Amino acid sequence: MKFPKIHFDDMKNEGTGSVTAHERRKFLKLGLAVAGVYAGGKILSLTSIVGTAHASSGISIVKKYPYNPHYSMVIRQSLCIDCEKCVDACNEINNVPEYGYRTRILTKKYTGSLDKQVEFIPVLCNHCNNAPCVRACPTKATYKDPVTGIVRMESKKCIGCKTCMLACPYDARYFSAERRAIDKCDFCWDERLSKGDTQTGCSAACPTGARTFGNLTDPDNIVYKLIHQLEEQIWVIRPADDTKPNVFYMKGNMRSVDNILNEQKFKYFDPNKS
Amino acid sequence: MTGRMVNISKKWGFHGIEALKNASPLYKITMGFFALLALAGAAVGVHGMIVGYHHVYGVSRQISWGLLISTYIFCVVTSTGLCIISSIGHVFGGEAFMPIAKRAVFMSIVFMFGGFCIIFFDIENPFRMAIWNVFSPNFVSNMWWMGTLYGMYLVFMMIEYYFLLEQNHTLSRLMGFFGLVVGIAAHSNLGAVFGMLHGRPFWYGPYLPIYFIFSAAMSGGCAILFFTTLGWKINPDIMNQRMERAIKAVTQVTIFLISVIIFFTIWKIITGMVSEGKHLVIMSFLTGEYATNFWLFEIFLGMVLPLLLLIRSRGNNFNLIMFATGLMMVGIFFMRYDIVIPGQIESVYHSLGVVEEAELLTYTPSFHEIMASLFGIAFVCLAYFSGEKILNGHQLEKHEIVPEGGYICLGCGGIHFMEEGETEEDAMKRHHKIW
Ligand code: SF4
Ligand code: SF4
Repeated sequence: MKFPKIHFDDMKNEGTGSVTAHERRKFLKLGLAVAGVYAGGKILSLTSIVGTAHASSGISIVKKYPYNPHYSMVIRQSLCIDCEKCVDACNEINNVPEYGYRTRILTKKYTGSLDKQVEFIPVLCNHCNNAPCVRACPTKATYKDPVTGIVRMESKKCIGCKTCMLACPYDARYFSAERRAIDKCDFCWDERLSKGDTQTGCSAACPTGARTFGNLTDPDNIVYKLIHQLEEQIWVIRPADDTKPNVFYMKGNMRSVDNILNEQKFKYFDPNKS
Repeated sequence: MTGRMVNISKKWGFHGIEALKNASPLYKITMGFFALLALAGAAVGVHGMIVGYHHVYGVSRQISWGLLISTYIFCVVTSTGLCIISSIGHVFGGEAFMPIAKRAVFMSIVFMFGGFCIIFFDIENPFRMAIWNVFSPNFVSNMWWMGTLYGMYLVFMMIEYYFLLEQNHTLSRLMGFFGLVVGIAAHSNLGAVFGMLHGRPFWYGPYLPIYFIFSAAMSGGCAILFFTTLGWKINPDIMNQRMERAIKAVTQVTIFLISVIIFFTIWKIITGMVSEGKHLVIMSFLTGEYATNFWLFEIFLGMVLPLLLLIRSRGNNFNLIMFATGLMMVGIFFMRYDIVIPGQIESVYHSLGVVEEAELLTYTPSFHEIMASLFGIAFVCLAYFSGEKILNGHQLEKHEIVPEGGYICLGCGGIHFMEEGETEEDAMKRHHKIW
């Protein structure tokens, strides 16, 4: 198979909108299931070779994800109604003190647009694959879990220098006086996942399905499906910081949600046609 | 024991606690004031530690480094600067700079301890640091290197100082060299602590590590001038021709370094204005919340006025030099503040255009933060005033700076060597070709 050449450096870093359909095809031909996601977040919706032709080679693609299970969250932004049930659930499950938070909902207002006036953006730790907080910590008190890729804390090592708070481009960390250490989202590893749960507190509490959580290496998992579909664009926040986040965002209108939940067929791209 | 004391007092210029007792009442009052201030600062700091810093400090989740870090940086920058400037003399043999060495190295150590006093009240678990920095080091963390390199730096400086007192100039020179190398590594790395944070565009890039070194040298020159001229006020005996010449040389270097920093600052502003990530912060310097800090303290008091006054002083009007460098110390303090705080005022979500983070963040130092910073500053002042008395104005003995066979020229203050059978007068005539 002859690989088409892609000039990464020539591609514009302006979100997925700037990537042409032609470039997407080239990507998919490469079988860059993962490379797309990890190339700095600029070509995020180009990750799919799932579906028809490459279903059989799924395993080899899966292997390329650096963790297994590779936990990830896909936020379907337009489904969020700012009920903050996720925030409440998080606070309760993880004993977050009232001066802190692990996740929150930001509000974006649009003026001059006909349909939507406001949009809510849930934010949390992105469990970056290239985590600035992990590099910055002098004592390895915060680290990337070698199995799951979750960025966790070993509280007893935290000296409280707060460098990681400044290193994090997502404001995901705060100092917890109760723990005498930095506290942050751990995808509910301590309180839920390690006890056998498959959902985080927030994703389980979300009434609209705006937060979907799962394993990116499992083709049957919803986050896998959302990330690897071709219809809608996916992006990450602050892609220029090159942190390679594991929290992805998409608009997620009802039609595509239905599609995914009802396992309806997608317009998958067929790499054998061009 | 007494024999040894006498010995030390002779060799080290150590005058003991006696010297303090004999000080004038005003001197004692000044020292008492700083002692009380240091005690009060420490007490307030400990109080904050007990009730929990998040109740009493002004820092927040998004502005997590505040006044304490900026004062810490002020101290360590000055310390490194003292080391850099004094090394011109006693490490690299710039003979004119030699007389300042003892005081500079002493103050460099004092400032380092002052910095540690302050950061002790910023780090939430300082005691864990001692353990986990050793047992769980993260070699790619600038913060880890900062602790390690500054620790090494302090050790080298203390050994160097010991050898300076012992008048073992070969070893003090060697230690001074190591201290300088480690100090520069530590200090540029401190710049990199900021410069390597991707998410903070105001800091990000190679600018800060480089700027920190030059800026440190400038602070060092300023501090030497200030503390030496103040020492002259305290004890006029410390001034002699050699010292006058040294002050002149340091003044010249400082003038040069101020110009360098002005140039750095101009380009920081101009490039920042066209950078998307830095624009907002730069505008807050020029016209916004930080305009007073920037224009009045950093630019006017920190650089422009001292530059003019130092040029005017011609390096021999000590009162003017003391006044200029005193103002400059204040200005430099704000310079450090203007690096640390404004780097954090733009929320990481500001560029997302969300309602919550539309405004720039604000920070005001709290009472506890101010007092804990004053703890370090007062400690430095106290140590300085005690040092001037106990160590007898850090004077060097003649034979320490004048090699065998040489003498200090009364005319130029430099060191001349006599040829066989020559008198000092003949040698001077020969050197200056008076006839
Ligand atoms: S605050 Fe704790 S977790 Fe954060 S960098 Fe410092 S030691 Fe590491
Ligand atoms: S989002 Fe922040 S806290 Fe989470 S992994 Fe990335 S840098 Fe670390």
